[in-house]
Amino acid sequence: MSNAIGKPISRVDGRRKVTGAARYTAEIELPNLAHCAVVGAAVPSGRILAIDEKRVHDAEGVLAVLTHDNLTKIASQPPLLPSLAGGPAPGETFFPMQDDTVHYAGQPVAMVVADSHERAQYAASLLDITYERADSITTIEEGRATAYEAETLFGGLMPARNERGDVETALAQAPVRVDVDHHYAANHHNTLEPSATTAVWDGERLTLYDSTMGVRATQLTVAQLLGIPIAHIRVITEFVGGGFGGKAMTWPHVTLAAMAARHVRRPVRLSLTRPQTYTSHGHREEQEQRLSIGATKDGLLTAVRHEKLSVTSPFDDWAEPATGVTSQLYRCENYLGLHRMIRGNVMTPTFMRAPGESLGVSTLEVAMDRLAYATGVDPVELRLRNRASVDEHGNPWSSDGLEECLRTGARLFGWDRRDPEPRSRREGDWLIGSGMAVAAYPMAFMMPPQQARVRVYADGSAVMQCGTQEFGTGATTAMAQVAADGLGMDMNDVTFEAGDSDLPNASASVGSMGASMVSAAVHNAAIELRRQLVAMAVADTGSPLHGADASAVVVEDGRMSLGDGSAGAGETYAEMMRRNRLSMKDALGDWTPPPMDAPHGMMTFGAQFAEVAVDPDIGLVRVRRMVGVFAPGRVLNPKLARSQLMGGMLWGMSQALLEGNQMDPRSGRWGASNLGEYLVPVNADAPDVTVEFVDVTDEVAGPLGVKGVGEIGQVAMAGALMNAVFHATGRRLEALPMAAELVMDPPGTSA
Amino acid sequence: MRPLSYTRASTVDEAIATVGGDSRSAFLAGGTTEIDLIRLGVTRPDVLVDINSLPLKEIESTPDAGLRIGALARMTDVARSADVVRRFPVISQALLLGASEQLRNMASMGGNLCQRTRCPYFRDGVSPCNKREPGTGCSAVDGLNRGHAVLGTSDDCIAAHPSDVGVALVALDAVVHTLGPSGARSIPIDDFYLLPGSSPEVEHPLERGELIVAIEVPPTPLAERSLYLKFRDRQSYEFALVSVAAAVDVRDGRVADVRLALGGVGTKPWRARRAEAALTGGPATREAFAEAAAAELEPAIAHKDNAFKIPMARRAMVRALDQVVNGDAR
Repeated sequence: MSNAIGKPISRVDGRRKVTGAARYTAEIELPNLAHCAVVGAAVPSGRILAIDEKRVHDAEGVLAVLTHDNLTKIASQPPLLPSLAGGPAPGETFFPMQDDTVHYAGQPVAMVVADSHERAQYAASLLDITYERADSITTIEEGRATAYEAETLFGGLMPARNERGDVETALAQAPVRVDVDHHYAANHHNTLEPSATTAVWDGERLTLYDSTMGVRATQLTVAQLLGIPIAHIRVITEFVGGGFGGKAMTWPHVTLAAMAARHVRRPVRLSLTRPQTYTSHGHREEQEQRLSIGATKDGLLTAVRHEKLSVTSPFDDWAEPATGVTSQLYRCENYLGLHRMIRGNVMTPTFMRAPGESLGVSTLEVAMDRLAYATGVDPVELRLRNRASVDEHGNPWSSDGLEECLRTGARLFGWDRRDPEPRSRREGDWLIGSGMAVAAYPMAFMMPPQQARVRVYADGSAVMQCGTQEFGTGATTAMAQVAADGLGMDMNDVTFEAGDSDLPNASASVGSMGASMVSAAVHNAAIELRRQLVAMAVADTGSPLHGADASAVVVEDGRMSLGDGSAGAGETYAEMMRRNRLSMKDALGDWTPPPMDAPHGMMTFGAQFAEVAVDPDIGLVRVRRMVGVFAPGRVLNPKLARSQLMGGMLWGMSQALLEGNQMDPRSGRWGASNLGEYLVPVNADAPDVTVEFVDVTDEVAGPLGVKGVGEIGQVAMAGALMNAVFHATGRRLEALPMAAELVMDPPGTSA
Repeated sequence: MRPLSYTRASTVDEAIATVGGDSRSAFLAGGTTEIDLIRLGVTRPDVLVDINSLPLKEIESTPDAGLRIGALARMTDVARSADVVRRFPVISQALLLGASEQLRNMASMGGNLCQRTRCPYFRDGVSPCNKREPGTGCSAVDGLNRGHAVLGTSDDCIAAHPSDVGVALVALDAVVHTLGPSGARSIPIDDFYLLPGSSPEVEHPLERGELIVAIEVPPTPLAERSLYLKFRDRQSYEFALVSVAAAVDVRDGRVADVRLALGGVGTKPWRARRAEAALTGGPATREAFAEAAAAELEPAIAHKDNAFKIPMARRAMVRALDQVVNGDAR
């Protein structure tokens, strides 16, 4: 059956993207388009005393100035729930410009609409706003004394505390104990395409062109905020220039664009400036993670305690859950996972690639590396010795593969040639070290049923439609492969349409679930239509297949036959449809995810290995090579999957060495607000990267057994690099990013 | 973006007269920093006078075997000039380790000398900043200052100078030739860069309308064995945490002549005169290098986030000296 699935097919939209023909949200031309500039609060806390608009109205091209004085009030505020859940999904339960209160710097406090983007931005700079500044908390340091234990995380979907056994006693009695205490800087998404929304009203009906990872989430959120029927809103997103979680929720600017357009009675485009992307769609929190392990002398775990402390907003208990892997990756009877938060004057943080587990598993895996040194057990062997074959509820994994990932990774990397002695290898000015970590990421089946519609035309072409979206992962390519195989057609005859809320329902593509859930619906739609077409043929007296056993009919290249090689005993879909004067035939397919309490542990596994060179005088770390081996279930397109996994690994490297934003607590503003100040790697930083797959069959994760590759490549890469830097230098670093000042040998120790 | 007008000058005299006669105007060369700063609202000229068509692009040897670089020569052209690569490798290396190929293709040498600090408080357009808005205070002194200077600072400004090639030119005693409403001047480059003191907004001793027309590097035989080392968070397209320009003439194991300058640590490209004095006439050993480096950094003043630059600069100097003396600097 499988012809296209599993093939390394190049992106169907690649040519349009590299030639500039692909149109992104802020490039879509519309007649009479006006442009909206958002003005962000200059202070992190307080009140607006006065807004002087006089100079703005004198500027050329200005159509309107909107503030809390004249902006429409929202109809009602939806609760905060991840967009994957399928409902309204505001990024925060606060909507700006409803009154004069300022909760965080950058919070929208005014909008200026003008006839061009440049004029709107300039006019917005002329707005004179007077604030009454109140005290603020924007860092862990400032808010430590006010930390509290939250009841739930993730919009109430997860408990903030998870406990079994007696962890304190077990830690106290453990023959071997290791403790880590890490600080991680805040991270930002830095999508190449800043978020943008264009709002077009036609009477009571609203069309939104939005750069989003979930057209449905945008539709439902805006409908509730504006108090208009869902049916009156259509959301379109053809191309999205990167999401990484920053476009997973529907942030206030989307609805503000609709409000501005209604006010000026023209289509309005709101395109965030680069600095505004740092204060408009959340961030990964500044956080501390502490983890203690108790173990036997053989390195078998007896206790694990994992605590996270992070800064959230005044409105929401938001922390990326960091302990979903720690609680169950390794066998351990005594466990405590705990999330504490500080209410700060920041916007609600949000998902960012490999949310929570990116750093949670890194913390765990640095602790495991310390345990390996404390017990003298090889780090890979230590993982094999402790790995769990069932989840924390005792359910077997739906599919596993961790052992093979570890063994394959160790072989590809040449782990057996490593001298575990720290600071034992030098090449010129460089110390060489290597480290490894397990990667694991939970699958969360919190989405509602997913749907897709497929249609075959009488000329033998087909279109598959699904309200998912393409934000660079290659979804439209991989889904065309799934559709073609399900129909029994050539991929070139199948078009995949997405990015439109008028299409059948799919949830936002987040949490590594996009390929899994969408491919399930697409597959089910395709095999349903094939079933119907085959049924027609065997019932059709004019068909060569008349009277045949439908279950014996195979379809290849759009031709139905008995598959026994008997020439003539078959016909194409097109031939049958034309004979029956059927211009087209379609079918809806849907897929219902397994229940959250299914008797299976749901986790994707991998293993990360890295070699670094460290200049101990100067403190620079250069990554020489990285090897990642992953077991993501069925791989729909290895070329795309490899790219995504490699991107994740490089992001992990970036998080380990470069990424981090500091808050200036005096102003409550981020220190970096552009790509010149917030560093991400350039090509020169990219090492040799090996990505390998381990085959596992998963019969729970949908009909095709797809587990997803969006997050797993990034998980614990930073941890593997922290371990490698220790191996190179003999010094344990306790913060990310591992900046030069932390890595360099302290004064007096060399040079 | 703030509205402004644009005009193109066809002669040097016209450019000088236009900018000299209008306090709201500014020269526009490559624009790689200037346009950013205008868009960020940091500088607010009403008129840009484009000087790119002026005949100031030549790179040539002077009769006494020095080097004369036209102010509008592009960074790429200077870096790739065979003469520069052979006789002044430190200049070529410093250029190629700065910015990106695209920026180097646009940016002019005169513009590079005038480039402004990357201090985020200067560039954000709103924070108190004595350099941008004199008298408002310095946000960096008690703020986020990892990237800031440890040498040449004042209570009013600790902004680091970002240039790479400026460091090489300071090491080689380059001279900045200008033409202005008051005529021609030749300014030693170390005097061209001013310390912030109590007036950090004044960065160069240029009068209104005074235009850099050329940079002259005097004949410097030891420059043939010179190098530029740059240390930065990522491997390309990033400013220096610390950089070193070094040229040494060693005879019979002793330092006969030495040129040393630092980037990333000073409020201007920093000529390491204390280190040069300590080294000259002494042995060319690692111990001597370390002592000289320590002497140079002795007056350094650290702030909350940038104390690491002091040992880093010392180590970088030792490494640069070691490489230029013992390694194959070419």
